[in-house]
Amino acid sequence: MSKNLGLRSAIFVVLTIVALVYLVPTFSKELPSWWKFLPKEKVKLGLDLQGGMQLVLEVEVAKALESELERVAEDIRDDLRSEKIKYSDIKRNSTNGIDITLLSAQDVKSFEVLKNSLYPDYDMANGEKTENGQVVSMNMTQTAIQNMKASWTEQAKETIWNRIDQFGVNEPYITTQEDNRILIQLPGISDPDRAISLIGKTAQLEFKLVDEENSVEDALKGNIPVDDEILYNTEVDQETGRTERTPYLVKKRTSLTGSYITDAKVDLDQYNAYSVSLSFNKKGARIFESITGANVNKRLAIVLDNNVYSAPNINEKISGGNAQITGRFTSDEANDLRIVLKAGALPAPVTILERRTVGPSLGQDSIDQGIKAMLLGGALVVLFMILYYGFSGLIAVVALILNTLIIMAGLAFFEATLTLPGLAGMILTIGMAVDANVLIYERIREELRVGKTLRASVEAGYEKATITIFDSNLTTLITALILFQFGTGPVKGFAVTLTIGLIANFITAVYATRVFFDYLVINLNWKKISI
Amino acid sequence: MQFIKPGINIDFMGKRNYAFALSAILIIIGMVALFMRGGPNLGVDFSEGWAIQIKLPAPQNISDIREAITPVNLDEAEIQSIGDKDSAEYIIRAGQSENINSNTLNEDLLKALTTRFGENSEVRSADMVGPKVGEDLRNKALAAIFYSILLIAVYISGRFEQKWTISIIMAVCFIVVVLLGLSLGASMKWLILIAFITTLLFCWVLRLRYAMSAILSLIHDTLIVMGAFAITNKEISLTVVAAILTLIGYSLNDTIVTFDRIREHLRNTPGKKDLAEIANRSVNETLSRTILTSGTVFAVVVALFFLGGVVIHDFAFAMLIGTISGVYSTIFIAAPFLFLWKDKPVKKSR
Repeated sequence: MSKNLGLRSAIFVVLTIVALVYLVPTFSKELPSWWKFLPKEKVKLGLDLQGGMQLVLEVEVAKALESELERVAEDIRDDLRSEKIKYSDIKRNSTNGIDITLLSAQDVKSFEVLKNSLYPDYDMANGEKTENGQVVSMNMTQTAIQNMKASWTEQAKETIWNRIDQFGVNEPYITTQEDNRILIQLPGISDPDRAISLIGKTAQLEFKLVDEENSVEDALKGNIPVDDEILYNTEVDQETGRTERTPYLVKKRTSLTGSYITDAKVDLDQYNAYSVSLSFNKKGARIFESITGANVNKRLAIVLDNNVYSAPNINEKISGGNAQITGRFTSDEANDLRIVLKAGALPAPVTILERRTVGPSLGQDSIDQGIKAMLLGGALVVLFMILYYGFSGLIAVVALILNTLIIMAGLAFFEATLTLPGLAGMILTIGMAVDANVLIYERIREELRVGKTLRASVEAGYEKATITIFDSNLTTLITALILFQFGTGPVKGFAVTLTIGLIANFITAVYATRVFFDYLVINLNWKKISI
Repeated sequence: MQFIKPGINIDFMGKRNYAFALSAILIIIGMVALFMRGGPNLGVDFSEGWAIQIKLPAPQNISDIREAITPVNLDEAEIQSIGDKDSAEYIIRAGQSENINSNTLNEDLLKALTTRFGENSEVRSADMVGPKVGEDLRNKALAAIFYSILLIAVYISGRFEQKWTISIIMAVCFIVVVLLGLSLGASMKWLILIAFITTLLFCWVLRLRYAMSAILSLIHDTLIVMGAFAITNKEISLTVVAAILTLIGYSLNDTIVTFDRIREHLRNTPGKKDLAEIANRSVNETLSRTILTSGTVFAVVVALFFLGGVVIHDFAFAMLIGTISGVYSTIFIAAPFLFLWKDKPVKKSR
């Protein structure tokens, strides 16, 4: 054994140095320039310690699927017309598909050819024969539905990422989860409400012509023309706080959407009113030009998420592809509108399933209290070990310090996040770490009582205790790993510190202390030690 | 220094019936409390709704706070003072409601508080958990507890009785059944409950007695902690479940140390064995380390309980109760149960 002693001590000296090196970035404000080849990872603080917001959103893909089918139904209507296939009805059915009533068997045949070439994501089935013709259902295949849902979720994530990027948040974390969910973590944001409104807005911008032939008053009484719908302008008067709603009768058909927007800017006019100006790409500019050209002296409603922002009169054909949205905006509102318009619309509305906000003061309090508890807990353990085991206790304390170092360095190394439960886990491992030493020392005491020499007792004590320590730590490790698997956020942080702590503990309490003991009883040939 | 003298010989096994009775009484009190409160007090993580932590410049009456937060439609909420008496920190709990404008709640609430109580009011944290997430987290927590106990059963059976194959087969069967049940839409709660009972039954039938005794002591500890939470009407949150799981892992440490000693004695005792005597001797020999190891953990948990702050308070409470119960169950539950059923003579008819 004593032959390896040098090697073993060297291993632990290196381990200590490596651990210290890994901790430098966390505890120093600025790294010296020569540090560039050394690790730079810091121990990251969880949202519960540094403050911030966590959101879990669900992308309402079912709604997106509905509108996708509506759109496809419109496309098919156009296709049937251009292919001269006769039909009497096209409508969305309840099985993620579209029912088309075709007039003759010949029409069914031609339709099948059309479907196979243009809509490969749909299965086709013949339904019942009615007096109006043969009903044919085309249903979206399950794979296609799954793919679409996944891509919508991904697209929503990208859009939200862009919005947050524009908004300016340090180190945001955004990821998709199963069931079309998106997890968003925004550390350190001070205005959670504003961030939510920015993220949660669908931002579906539509330009719709106002129906000038029919009156809104008539429509409100229930006489809504088939191609029209009523949308409202909702504004909150900033002085009285009252909400005003103005109805508009607009065409259902959307003339132009926000998907052609390339840029958005906030303007401030001479009356100190904010507005947002948009630039369209070439295609958008062309559409905008032709709509405005064909509808001079009519009003064009600018609709965002079914709320009419304004409905300016078209005075002349507008070319160049620029438009302006006015309204009673505050500077924040105008800026947020700019961000969502530029980042684009979400493919479907989102609902907030979970939101957690932690203010920075609570986080700091938690850190302070955690450190206090750690110091007191550590002091109690250290005091006990030294009082109870004397010099041997001191050796255990050295191992304990090394253990804590390794946990912190481990957190930095794995780029793990330190959460409040994680901090509690670290405190807990301080209490658990000396367990191994207690087991070993009690065993050594037992061997000494039987009359063995110190050297033999140390050897036997370590040998017999090691397997027990391994066994007993393994069960805690099992539960820690399961916690990691099933836990979320803070609890995951706890599982990480506990896992690193248990492994570090086994190394330090069993092997590092052994180096000390071997050195004392073999090299220095101690016959007695306080234990 | 020594707390417990080496030659100590307390007749733990002889007193086991008293111990069982004490455990039964404590568990029954806890379960009655749980029943009278209409089930566990699930925190916002596992139910749904809002949990908002606020801090005011000075302590206030609950009714004044309620009045102050009426404009944000939180007047139906449950308001509770937390932390020290003079800390003026409160927690507001409310169900989800259409009337609460979740998009502007932080701002609105802060405005309502500052108008009433002054500038230094603070919304320290606000959590909202929707029903879907609540259910998810609940199921995950149950699954985590179930898998932990199952894996521990496998590990102990394998380690102590070399029954790796049979215990692994058992575990895989259970996991398959639970997953099947879930895919058929069965409720997680009942599935896990049934799985627990059948796991115990299987351990009995397959004579995995180390595993069974260990699991019994784990269930004992979990029930005691649940009971303590019911009596004090504390909330079961995600971190409390984490504490319970840690306890499941940790309270076994002592049990394993004692089991190890029992196994060692069984191996070294030739001929007819007085099982109760061996169990007793092993418990006595390991008593010192059982108490010391749990003692060090207890010390840090006490520090955490008193200094760790409000957020971690319940976690520390669960650990506090659990550490005590863990020592007790090692000595009075796990070891006695190991020898409660006598070794059946091997069937001769073969």
